[in-house]
Amino acid sequence: MIDLRLNGLPVQVEEGSTLLEAAGMYGIPIPTLCHMDGLSPYGACRLCVVEVGADGRSELVSACTYPAQDGLLVRTASRRVLRARRMVLELLLASCPQSKAIQDLAAAHDVRRQRFHQEHEDCILCGLCVRMCAEQMTGHAIGFQGRGEHRSIGTPYDARSAECKLCGGCIYVCPACSLRCTYTDPERAVCGGCANLAPPCLDKSQFHDMMCTMDPCVACEIG
Amino acid sequence: MATLLSKDFVRSTVEKYRGRRGALISILDEIQTREGYLPETALRQVADLTGRTLIDVFGVATFYKAFRLTPRGMHLVSVCLGTACHVRGAGGVAAALQDHLDLPADGGTSQDGAFTLEPVRCVGACALGPILVIDGDYMANVSATRAVALIEGRRDGEGAVCPTEDERVFPVEVNCPRCNHSLMDPDYLVDGYPSVRFTVSFGQEHGWLRLSSLYGSYAIETGGEVPADTIVHFFCPHCHGDLMGAWNCTECGAPMVPVLVQGGGMVQICSRRGCHSHLLDLEVDPEGQTPPPPLPR
Repeated sequence: MIDLRLNGLPVQVEEGSTLLEAAGMYGIPIPTLCHMDGLSPYGACRLCVVEVGADGRSELVSACTYPAQDGLLVRTASRRVLRARRMVLELLLASCPQSKAIQDLAAAHDVRRQRFHQEHEDCILCGLCVRMCAEQMTGHAIGFQGRGEHRSIGTPYDARSAECKLCGGCIYVCPACSLRCTYTDPERAVCGGCANLAPPCLDKSQFHDMMCTMDPCVACEIG
Repeated sequence: MATLLSKDFVRSTVEKYRGRRGALISILDEIQTREGYLPETALRQVADLTGRTLIDVFGVATFYKAFRLTPRGMHLVSVCLGTACHVRGAGGVAAALQDHLDLPADGGTSQDGAFTLEPVRCVGACALGPILVIDGDYMANVSATRAVALIEGRRDGEGAVCPTEDERVFPVEVNCPRCNHSLMDPDYLVDGYPSVRFTVSFGQEHGWLRLSSLYGSYAIETGGEVPADTIVHFFCPHCHGDLMGAWNCTECGAPMVPVLVQGGGMVQICSRRGCHSHLLDLEVDPEGQTPPPPLPR
């Protein structure tokens, strides 16, 4: 067992746990977008920043990737942590304003505005879908491609992938629901959850363009 | 044009790096050196053979700017759009070339596969802008009309880089490892460059032999007929020292002939007539001084 202090509280956690797991075990909330039990930690969204170390020598680390160590002093809601977290949320809002998950988190952290150039990406590159596909669904159908501002998630050559089982796992975990309803474009479809569930909106003659505009997607909600 | 990629080539390349972590980039690089780009079939095969998934290989191939997923033309035309070239009118040059080759603003390969146009940022020759780089040759003060004329001049042949054999030929100047005199003969050109002169003997015959100084060229001229497969004895024309080295050719077993490369390093050539094996070892240490390796006397 490892002894450490979480917000001044002496706690004991098992060897090999991360700070996020330790905090979770003791009921201390740490917000996160890119973490999910059963998937490997990735440290992409940086929302789970915590401060480790004593005054003056502390640093900000991502709780989901930082292993618990003996004698570690961790603060999950210090002024510095909250400031950093708000900044991260502001940046996420700037890139992906339509995501319900990000909006809720921003509201919860009292982020009322964002000062950056507004974009309307449909992906925050958190990699949840990539890990879901590879680790839980053993699909390995989607992954990161490109670099820098051209980095994106998709299937090779953005074509219908033979590995994709249309399980919809990627959409289930997506905080921005970026891959939603590609079923209207069957050549590129990666989810097809809606096709499996056959919601009424699939009846194209009646609801011709409802697939892309329904929010939230019927299949996502039922699934 | 690129030859059809043989499956065996991919297989042997993957086999060569088997068991080495991080070899994926090297494998892709070798395929691209041969093909000029990374075809989808090759990526699929690499994924199969290395036990990765296609998306992993694809992710690496798209991450690095050095890898191309679309075929490259016979000639690579880079137009500099850096600040200095821009104010000197590079925009017009780029537009003229795009118009001429019917390509979008971010470049691409022309329909006939002759040219690949690539906008680049700065090639470090700002005072000479606008700069056009065609197959590695820098063209200074290019105007829109001249740019079109320049690339059309290249269309047929001259300086063509064949993507299937992109081991660029370059000249090396060499010295005798014993007396350090230059072996270069500026009065006798082979391949249009000063040749490398040796005194040779084989059997009862003596004579001279001149090699092309272009690394990658096998052009050779001799004073008398040297039968194929003969092991030729090499001597320095200045100090008449025996140049036969201690190492044997990895391909045919004949002794290798080591000579010093001016500026540091060493090149070894096989002494057997007709064997094209050679080794180039350009080791330049940070001080710029490379002690010549000791030769067995």
